[in-house]
Amino acid sequence: MGDTRLVGQNYTTPDLHAKVTGRSKYAEDFRVDGMLFAKLLLSPFPHARVRSVDTSAAEAMPGVRAILRASELPEPADTVTDLGETIRANPLSERALTDEPVYAGEPVLAVAAVDEETAAAAIEAIRIDFEPLEFVVDPLVSLRPGGPNPREQGNSWGRPAGNPTGPLVVQRLEWSEADWSEYAEGRLPAGTPQAQWSYGDVEAGFAAATLVLDETFSTPNTQHHVLEPRSALAYWRDGKLYMHAGTQSAVQTVASIARWMRLDVSEVVLLTEYTGGGFGSRATGAVIYTIPALLARKTNAPVMMRITREEEQYIGGIRPGVHGRVKAGFASDGRLVALDVFTLGENHAYEAQGDAISSGRIISLLYQPQAMRFRGATVLTNTPPRRAQSQPGGLQGVMLMEPVMSKAARQLGIDQVEIRRINAPAGKAKFGPPAGNGELQYSTSSFMREALARGSEMFDWETRKARSGQRQGSKVRGAGVAVSSFVGGSVGFDGLFVIRPDGRMYVQSGVGNLGTESYSDVHRVAAEMMGMPWEKVAIIWGDTSQHLPWTCVSGGSQTTHAMSRAAHAAASDAIAKAKEIAARTLGGNAASYRVANERVSDGTRTMTLAEVARRAIALGGKYDGHELPTNINRVTTVAASALAGRGLMGVARDDYGRDGGTFSFVAGFAEVEVDVETGQYQVLDYMAVGDSGTIIHPRAYGGQVLGRGVLGMGHALAQKTVYDQHYGLPVATRLYQSRPPTILDVPRNMKWEAVNLPDPETPVGARGIGEAPVGAGASAILNALAAALGDDVIRRAPATLDNLLMALEHGRPMQEPLTAHI
Amino acid sequence: MATIHDVIAPFQLFQPTNLDDALDLLDEHGEAAMVIAGGMDSLDWLKDRLRQPQVVVELSQVSELRGIREVDGGLEIGAMTTLTEVAEHPAVIDRFKILSDAAALVASPQIRNQGTLGGNISQDTRCTYYRRGWACYRAGGNTCYADTPTAINREHAILEASRCVAVNPSDTAPALIALDAEMVIRRGGRERVVEADDYFVGPDTDIRHLNVLEPRDLLTTIRIPATWAGARFYFEKVRDRMVWDFPLVNVASAVRESGGRIVDARVVVGAVAARPLRLRAVERAVTGQALDEATAERAGEIAIRGNRPLRYNGYKVPLMRNLVRRAVRGGMGASNA
Repeated sequence: MGDTRLVGQNYTTPDLHAKVTGRSKYAEDFRVDGMLFAKLLLSPFPHARVRSVDTSAAEAMPGVRAILRASELPEPADTVTDLGETIRANPLSERALTDEPVYAGEPVLAVAAVDEETAAAAIEAIRIDFEPLEFVVDPLVSLRPGGPNPREQGNSWGRPAGNPTGPLVVQRLEWSEADWSEYAEGRLPAGTPQAQWSYGDVEAGFAAATLVLDETFSTPNTQHHVLEPRSALAYWRDGKLYMHAGTQSAVQTVASIARWMRLDVSEVVLLTEYTGGGFGSRATGAVIYTIPALLARKTNAPVMMRITREEEQYIGGIRPGVHGRVKAGFASDGRLVALDVFTLGENHAYEAQGDAISSGRIISLLYQPQAMRFRGATVLTNTPPRRAQSQPGGLQGVMLMEPVMSKAARQLGIDQVEIRRINAPAGKAKFGPPAGNGELQYSTSSFMREALARGSEMFDWETRKARSGQRQGSKVRGAGVAVSSFVGGSVGFDGLFVIRPDGRMYVQSGVGNLGTESYSDVHRVAAEMMGMPWEKVAIIWGDTSQHLPWTCVSGGSQTTHAMSRAAHAAASDAIAKAKEIAARTLGGNAASYRVANERVSDGTRTMTLAEVARRAIALGGKYDGHELPTNINRVTTVAASALAGRGLMGVARDDYGRDGGTFSFVAGFAEVEVDVETGQYQVLDYMAVGDSGTIIHPRAYGGQVLGRGVLGMGHALAQKTVYDQHYGLPVATRLYQSRPPTILDVPRNMKWEAVNLPDPETPVGARGIGEAPVGAGASAILNALAAALGDDVIRRAPATLDNLLMALEHGRPMQEPLTAHI
Repeated sequence: MATIHDVIAPFQLFQPTNLDDALDLLDEHGEAAMVIAGGMDSLDWLKDRLRQPQVVVELSQVSELRGIREVDGGLEIGAMTTLTEVAEHPAVIDRFKILSDAAALVASPQIRNQGTLGGNISQDTRCTYYRRGWACYRAGGNTCYADTPTAINREHAILEASRCVAVNPSDTAPALIALDAEMVIRRGGRERVVEADDYFVGPDTDIRHLNVLEPRDLLTTIRIPATWAGARFYFEKVRDRMVWDFPLVNVASAVRESGGRIVDARVVVGAVAARPLRLRAVERAVTGQALDEATAERAGEIAIRGNRPLRYNGYKVPLMRNLVRRAVRGGMGASNA
């Protein structure tokens, strides 16, 4: 690439000073004249129907301005997936308010008042009568013959027998008595699945295997706990809705809000300069954001809705817990020859979150079984919404498989790093499910083995392995390794920037600024290609009235890959135009010119890019954006048209080819020390090595590899949801009670490393790294615990000390393996 | 009527600047007043709107309630002294290390900077059902939601439960009992002094409260006599996270030994009952015995006599047994002190 080295260098991001000094303004920091405040009335029941509401006393209170009911919401609207596919509106989908709450804590109505104290007092003055309905918070309880349903229609999404191509409906899924025969022994029943696929001869593989294991494991439900809750400020001005709210995509959230509000995208302006985390829970915002918008319209005043930490625990989202049963056959050298996986995913009573079903794909890629069968089901319950959380499905797949790999290595006498190396994906690694033509898919590249080798050396694996399981006093240490993988990028988005006559480069960034710094990092690619010093690059972000191009959501580790490609495409476009302008202005052949050091030159003839920008305006047409490519997204066309005539425009769609699916990989290493007299343990050390192609911004990269690793560690250490099944109500409603990991729970000096080999299927070589580190963090710790305490101690995560101590005390697992939310 | 959380209802706020004014305010407003020391427990009650006092008396301006003073080889600690100050005070570290150890393991650094010693020992139980406003015995109702077949009672009592199965969550309380501390309580012009072990009450005595404080009462001072200064101490807290967690079980001990024999001992366990339990039977059994593994083993067995675990808290039985063993062994075995 260019002479100015930006890619691979650390730098000060444009938002850093504001963040560390507190000047950065998040949605709830804004104030507008005449602003009202909204508060929510939440359902006290896990499932109920509102019979009657008397708001007369509340409405009579001074300062109360409006009450919003579910009946006033726009009808459920279509949704768009991460990849831009439209899914038709579902009449049973989640909305901002409801008269039939399907979980305790679900918003039922909202009050707008002059301040929050008045709004809260108004809610306490509302007489509301609920008719309690049948409920269930545990999927296995629901699946039992005659078990309770979370919705009147049933407990699962499916297509009715007579209409296999029609829309999905909620129906009853039930497993027969015979399916439960091994439940008492802690084995997950494998009843009728909702999805299944296979490849290879699984039975033959088991028959030929040296070792066959059959293990059940359960992963926890974990709330996202984003730092900034789902607060939003809305007001209407000149017929447009202005909204301040956090999101994982500035550009795509406009479409969501427009859809939920039944507006045209031109009628919505989103202000979202800073977002306090998303982790997948607000890919394109949150439907709850419509409440202040609707109240603002109803009261003709700006409305601020500040979501509290407790409310965030209900509406913010939960990673679905998955029960898994894994039957795995190994050859004597540790090669995984046959694999049979059954997963049961927990879900709320709205749309199905696909983790349980999608886990099979990552398992197949990461462990490369020679033959595999996958089956899975997702069951609805009366618990809060499950949403995608960093490495959705992938994390659960890793957590289900890693204990099996560890146990197999121990039983076969193979080193833990070695068994993962033997089974690691390499290069264009194949994985299931098979495509329509029966062929397996494959990855663009994988350097998992290199990551394992590098980590094993840096972590001093051999030394730590040697002291694993050795007891000193009441303490015993254990060292663990885990591999992990997830999607690392998408394709097909647009880049847009203008170099103006002032000689500066103005980059339009539609990426959400949710803390990963990719909103700025990816544009370093274009700046480097243009030979622009970073000081002369301005990033325009966070305000959708400022002409932002079509951009991926920052979910599924897409951004670094997708938007570095788009930046590359836009820069290539601008370079070609600059060379043409130089040839037209200075003479000679465009092909003999080169762009570098803020100039375009053929060695003898030179123009500055500032001069090129002036010429671009004079020439017009494609050069300054008056003529645009036909293959860019409509959103980009609108944005670029508004910027036309300001200078040399780089605008292009990422049309680069890609052979394979893009995935990133991580190897994680942990050492723990367990006190066998208390069960309490400490993570002594952790390190992780990422394989996600070329590194664009090392400091941000390390932040992801370790930060997401810590998110994963929460799943091993203590984080979970807790429900009383008899009442269907949560009993851990405060943040501390759900026990997310804190900085003092993790080692002080964790290290990270990157393989840093370019992905061959993308021009910049970079893949995303937001997800793969999570499973590595979770499973490295669980594997280290197993190395210290032996197999069959931990049957579910988190591995809390009560369960460790009881297993040590009794010499066998004592916990309930399959009861939900304990 | 509907309920809502996380918005504090209005109240009249008093911030007295001296102790007499504080006591006068409490006298004047009686049961209508809520006292706030560091607020680490009280603010949750206010945020949940489960307590909506008309009057709040906030004590941060009362300097007489802060500080640690040397008195006759012992210490007098103002109830408003922060847990960080207690944990870092040289005299506490030097002579009464279990108290600094206990204070240093409370919650998180931020909470220790704000939370007070008086507040830590006087805080209410953290039973999730009770704190959620369920109408249980402790809240004046007629059932215990934490003691049912489906109840989540992993953090509840294994000993001395009586209808209510909640536990006292304090980390410093067991240490203070082990040090034979005294609580100085003022009401108007009167002062009474209560031994630490008598400050705490179980549900059989008072199912609504964890301590003897009544409306108008103010805990002003915690006195620690010289009795146990420099003894062999042990404190350990077992919890789910390394920080920001209440104890699952904690233990505090003070042991005097001579010639390898235990001359006198205090052994106190927290978070296993509604009050921190001073294990007098253990103390009797180990006194006069050799300070060795056999004595520690026996102490552990005696400690858990009469335990009645619930569905999810059976682990507290071996945990308490093992912690008491360690507490008797003192410096002999593993320690996080």
